[in-house]
Amino acid sequence: MKGLKFILAGILFGIVMSKSEAISWYRIQEMFRFQSFHMYGIIGTAVVLGTLATYIIKKYKLRDYQGNPIVFTPKEKSVPRYLIGGTIFGLGWALTGACPGPMFVNIGHAYWSILVAVAGAIGGTYMYGLLRDRLPH
Amino acid sequence: MLEIVRQPWPWYTSGAVIAFVMVLLLFFGKSFGFSSNLRTICSACGAGKRVQFFDFDWRAQKWNLLFLVGAIAGGWISATLLAGDEAVQVSQATIQDLRQLGFSAPDDLQPEEIFSLEALFTVRGFLLLLVGGFMIGFGSRYAGGCTSGHAISGLSNLQWPSLIAVIGFFIGGLISTFILLPLLF
Repeated sequence: MKGLKFILAGILFGIVMSKSEAISWYRIQEMFRFQSFHMYGIIGTAVVLGTLATYIIKKYKLRDYQGNPIVFTPKEKSVPRYLIGGTIFGLGWALTGACPGPMFVNIGHAYWSILVAVAGAIGGTYMYGLLRDRLPH
Repeated sequence: MLEIVRQPWPWYTSGAVIAFVMVLLLFFGKSFGFSSNLRTICSACGAGKRVQFFDFDWRAQKWNLLFLVGAIAGGWISATLLAGDEAVQVSQATIQDLRQLGFSAPDDLQPEEIFSLEALFTVRGFLLLLVGGFMIGFGSRYAGGCTSGHAISGLSNLQWPSLIAVIGFFIGGLISTFILLPLLF
């Protein structure tokens, strides 16, 4: 089955987010209060190793498993969309203690209340699609 | 071995595995970004008929939905097979600060004060999760990505826009933490 590898990668992601407690509201509160290195350590290690891996992939022009070149699409240059959008995201992140990935991992933990946040997130995405042309980008 | 896995993982193992997952997806010919799934779900539900933003071939994104299903399964495995002592080891300073807001010390991954069904069936509890979730969905799409797409993938590719987005994440997060939560609790 072609899709199995994505499910397995997702399982690994779900486990690591759980076992490192990154899906916990308390850990997100601790991060925004600058009272522990834990979350900064997680993101920091991921970024340092990710930067190294990205550099190697580009330098040696590595290809994916199907032999296609791995491409990185540069993000559009803009300030308002990242700053405003990012700030709105951060407001929700600190309130619910969840970002889109951990939100779903929490379902696996049977925290059923999070389904309300998931419904809100889908609603918010839809609203963005509706208002997109009227927002500064 | 299983005993070690069951304990909370230190930050460096976690960061390394997250980087590994990102690289794995790159070698699968994809890119790591979780919030795109929310757009895909809208599209799969037929939103493309009304709104152009959702009018794309969502089936090409099926791999990411499978990743999402895996993430739920990973959560389930952690909660059952790999479950350890689930009380989160946050710093004393955080416990003190949260106590002032009326939160008891953690005895689980999530606080009862927000995630219990009792809390959910209050106006404050319901709106906190619904509006919080709404801002996560709206904001991540507006910014073109969330923590995985910007903070991990974007910063790893040294993208300035991602750094601006991450700064935004913190501006919003600090407002919620130091202004909204004390107003709500």
